[in-house]
Amino acid sequence: MSDCRRQWNREDELPVYFAGPITTGPNQRKSFGMFSSVEGAFESKTIDFDNYAVGRKGNRTPRSGSRERLLDTESMSGISYQGNNGIPHYTVRDSEKRIASVVCKSLLCSSLQDERLLIRGGRVVNDDRSFFGDVYIEDGLIKQVGENLVVPGGVKVIEANGRMVIPGGIDVNTCLMKTYLGTQPVDDFLQGTKAALAGGTTMIIDHVTPEPGESLLEAFERWQEAADKRACCDYSLHVDIPLWNQTVKDELEVLVQDKGINSFQVYMAYKDVYQMTDSQLYEAFSFLKQLGAVVLVHAENGDLIFEEQRKILGMGITGPEGHPLSRPEEVEAEAVFRAITLGNRVNCPVYITKVMSKSAADTIAQARRKGSVVFGEPITAGLATDGSHYWSKNWAKAAAYVTSPPLSPDPTTPEHLHTLLASGDLQVVGSSHCAYSTSQKAIGKDDFTLIPEGTNGVEERMGFVWDKAVAMGKMDENQFVAVTSTNAAKIFNLYPRKGRIAVDSDADIVIWDPDIVKTITAKQQQSAAEYNIFEGLECRGGPALVLSQGRVVYEGGKLQIQQGTGRFIPRKPFPDYAFQRIKFRNQVCGQGVTRGVYDGPVHDVTPTPKYITPSPSAKTSPTSHQPPPVRNLHLSNFSLSGAQIDDNIPRRSGHRIVAPPGGRSNITSLG
Amino acid sequence: CSFQKKRRYCSLNDRLLIKGGRIVNDDQSFHADIYMEDGLIKQIGDNLIVPGGVKTIEANGKMVIPGGIDIHTHFQMPYRGTTTVDDFAQGSKAALAGGTTMIVDHVIPEPGTSLMEAYDQWRQWADEKACCDYSLHVDITHWNDSVKQEVDSLIKDKGVNSFQVYMAYKDYYQLSNSQLYEIFTFLAEKGGIVQVHAENGEIIAEEQARMLQMGITGPEGHVLSRPEELEAEAVFRAVTIASQTNCPLYVTRVMSKSAADIISQARKKGNVVFGEPITASLGTDGTHYWSKNWAKAAAFVTSPPLSPDPTTPDYLNTLLASGDLSVTGSAHCTFSVAQKAIGKDDFTQIPEGVNGVEERMALIWDKAVTTGKMDENMFVAITSTNAAKILNLYPRKGRIAVGSDADLIIWDTDSVRTITAKTHNSAAEYNIFEGMELRGAPLVVICQGKIVLEDGKLQVTSGAGRFIPCSPFPDFAYKRVKARKQLAVLRAVPRGMYDGPVSEFSMSRGGTPSASARTSPTKQPVRNLHQSGFSLTGNRAACGESSLLINRAFSKSCDGCASVTEAFYCTLILPWSGQKAVMEYLS
Repeated sequence: MSDCRRQWNREDELPVYFAGPITTGPNQRKSFGMFSSVEGAFESKTIDFDNYAVGRKGNRTPRSGSRERLLDTESMSGISYQGNNGIPHYTVRDSEKRIASVVCKSLLCSSLQDERLLIRGGRVVNDDRSFFGDVYIEDGLIKQVGENLVVPGGVKVIEANGRMVIPGGIDVNTCLMKTYLGTQPVDDFLQGTKAALAGGTTMIIDHVTPEPGESLLEAFERWQEAADKRACCDYSLHVDIPLWNQTVKDELEVLVQDKGINSFQVYMAYKDVYQMTDSQLYEAFSFLKQLGAVVLVHAENGDLIFEEQRKILGMGITGPEGHPLSRPEEVEAEAVFRAITLGNRVNCPVYITKVMSKSAADTIAQARRKGSVVFGEPITAGLATDGSHYWSKNWAKAAAYVTSPPLSPDPTTPEHLHTLLASGDLQVVGSSHCAYSTSQKAIGKDDFTLIPEGTNGVEERMGFVWDKAVAMGKMDENQFVAVTSTNAAKIFNLYPRKGRIAVDSDADIVIWDPDIVKTITAKQQQSAAEYNIFEGLECRGGPALVLSQGRVVYEGGKLQIQQGTGRFIPRKPFPDYAFQRIKFRNQVCGQGVTRGVYDGPVHDVTPTPKYITPSPSAKTSPTSHQPPPVRNLHLSNFSLSGAQIDDNIPRRSGHRIVAPPGGRSNITSLG
Repeated sequence: CSFQKKRRYCSLNDRLLIKGGRIVNDDQSFHADIYMEDGLIKQIGDNLIVPGGVKTIEANGKMVIPGGIDIHTHFQMPYRGTTTVDDFAQGSKAALAGGTTMIVDHVIPEPGTSLMEAYDQWRQWADEKACCDYSLHVDITHWNDSVKQEVDSLIKDKGVNSFQVYMAYKDYYQLSNSQLYEIFTFLAEKGGIVQVHAENGEIIAEEQARMLQMGITGPEGHVLSRPEELEAEAVFRAVTIASQTNCPLYVTRVMSKSAADIISQARKKGNVVFGEPITASLGTDGTHYWSKNWAKAAAFVTSPPLSPDPTTPDYLNTLLASGDLSVTGSAHCTFSVAQKAIGKDDFTQIPEGVNGVEERMALIWDKAVTTGKMDENMFVAITSTNAAKILNLYPRKGRIAVGSDADLIIWDTDSVRTITAKTHNSAAEYNIFEGMELRGAPLVVICQGKIVLEDGKLQVTSGAGRFIPCSPFPDFAYKRVKARKQLAVLRAVPRGMYDGPVSEFSMSRGGTPSASARTSPTKQPVRNLHQSGFSLTGNRAACGESSLLINRAFSKSCDGCASVTEAFYCTLILPWSGQKAVMEYLS
């Protein structure tokens, strides 16, 4: 919006009274009522606009002076909503055209639907560096990047005017089809991807959430079919593992090897539904590591939550405030700690989805300092708002914030998470977009444990990271690209096809305007949810233009999408970013000590001991096969009591290695 | 000793006077004489008026400190049909030789058997043989309603205030998180102390299987399959559960830096948690597991294992000095080499336990006080006073004061001894501190007002030890917990009933993602639609009494809201302060 303001100002000769009528357009939106921005809030932010403008314009458009902006500030003040339906940022140099552009923007946009595009005069920002350059796009791919490109004639040219040209965002966590008690989220793949594109996100990775007992493959195919029909941006899928057994293992193998899935989510919460025990997690981690897949963990201690929920319902607390009360943040931190411990033992990368609290984030940061391969994903909700709203008197509002792990009631949490994102301790920003309508949320109106969990955020994700981290000076623009796009592409093996502006990468590009100021409201969002948890928040920074697969899909607040254009992007296992270190660590492993065989006296143990050994294998879990308690005496010259942990392992001659040459004595066989 | 009057061995000539000593308690040191009679300290001060014919010990300015309390021993512990080589007589003798005048042993009932029977059994063993006063912890090895009742009566009638639970030993002693939660809640109510053996048993089981599969069968497999982060993980989990249930937590056997760090972090956050490093972890490290001598390597096997990081002992001593760790035990549990050899082909079968009851005091003195980490008062606190406070025996034990038990020692800071199995008082063939030179040793040990060690001569009476009952709700642990209990009243938000549309949903579908769909059977799954009409009061009936009042107070403002808009602004009313109480409770 500020961009258009800048352009207005270039009309030096344009009298103020002329400019007036046009600005009334946005002014009329004041009638939005209760969510209009606070008076004066806008002015205070103009200071930042100047700062941003200086750096950029100094290089590219020195012709625009700063004095004109004075006029503009006045005429724009009090505008409550900007951005979405504003005037296009696509720059046409002729002033006449610009005045008319409100009317004819759709015309302009449709003419851009060309296979060949040139983005001129932008500042290309990747996660490693920024540089001025043009980007030439053909057939949905970036063909050339640099200055003074030689391009064919008749190419559509987009003037970036020195604005940032960044790789399109990748939202690694959406749930657009997560069925809850038979109801579907209101944002399906169409609504959800529309919202994503409007926010500058050009790829989503959705969670396939099979019911326990359901086939993973079938669920995956169901998801893929729905997404192929509806999605309007590229997508990929995570598959959630609702339970652990042999069938699931077989299916996982197929999914990794044939279906292009390299990430699976396991749950430490939802007792008796999705939750896995530590042993199962250990097995799952080991198995997924072999497959080269990334383990996503929903980290909360389900056992404790279950007890707390019972306690809190017993106290008569049935409203949404019971949700955070029964899921305090230390329960999250505990599970994160445990997941990381498991990851370390198995030597497997661990990806923590939805890092919602300071203590969970700190646990991750500490583990990384100790060398663990662990990634943390905060989500839009955790980065932009806090859990104080659970205590709202408006049930519908309070319920809208219900997600798991819950938003932390500590209001300093978002800032802390942003700091960790900026420092690299957290790597990826998702949204966990899972929008349920108020009537769906009302399923749990008498019992907070029944409230469907999920918040919106796919559309607001990029904007809030910019607003709260970059605009605050915590993060630079390169890190912004890293956390919103590049790191995700690296972790999930999409890089450099996605997440980078480079030759041969997909033409998923966003022209980012740091000056756009938008007040978030459910009335203007793409999502179909009635409630937006960021309602009324102001957000600086937003996409001016979004290219997906080389086509302009969003421009100046207007979406031009075609449902079903989104492609499924298969992902290969063993992403380097996560697995390189793992591979090296695999080679370093513990070794037995070569020592003389103990040949002293051995205390007799009764074969059927009165006291069972405290060895964990003494009583094995019912699932595992239990061999007969008495061992084959050929294998050992004395009988150890009862079952051994290694009974199911065939005795190998390799054991002899343990005995050094000549070290054997009166023990005839080590077995 | 309220319910077990034992024949006292002290007679009239059990009168003692220690002259010219420097009394060191946990709070202060001062020069004074001590007069003891009938096993109690009767007078403290200068120029005491004492009866004639009293035996006088000249302390010559040496330190006189409260006798040590070893809060963690396993004497005469049954293991697969055999018992540890140190029974109560041998073990308590070793304790006295090292300056420890009271021990607290663990009662370990087999899973599935009665706690009370096991307790009686241990009492019998100890009463017969123990040479010094003792108390008992009872381990909870399984959990059900009858165990619950037994725990209750142990606290009420039997003088036990501390119970150990296991997070390790899968399918044997190990309890699930839910069970732990229940036990913690129960003990918090009854005023007991929860002790945890903190290791993640499930991961250990997997790791053990992996090690054996790799062909590692020696004692090094023990430490490889129980890396310290599994200990830290379990400590973290235990702290979380304790904090959720508002229950004081006691972590037995802190063996690694990371576990100790978790405890000190938790203490910094305000959790009531106590950490107990043991003699072994304070004095040696886990590098010996790789010893070429199997018998030596196996002698170090204990759980959690000694950390292979050689800087660990130093670190733990530092945390003891700073107060982050609170007490020291020995976890003295000695097996002969032949017994250890049960696991000669499989490290998971090696009986777990190390010696340490005799070396405990001297080792801490040597490692912490002579190195300047710790002062003598802190030394008294962590070897004796804090343990007495946790057991609710303070000031009867753990302090030199009038009316306290006459358990005290004259500490010689200059003596240097070399630890060796040849001269130690334990029956074990192997001493894990073999060859270690320790400065500091007890010169005179007085137990129950009688001299048991003097001039290097140990004179103990087997069976002289009394059972000291511990009462629940020790102030040291429970004062804060009680105060927090009062704060921790959670309140529902009084709000108008949601009267909008409700989506249709099916509860019958298998596998709902809601945690409670299956878990709260008390809740009616499908809501009565009559209730959803509009009723501000329907909800309230369910609310607790406390919230009722507040409900009324707030309801005015809420009912007055004419429109949705106003209701929205109304939501902003609930202040942060309301949640602060909640936050405080949670932390």
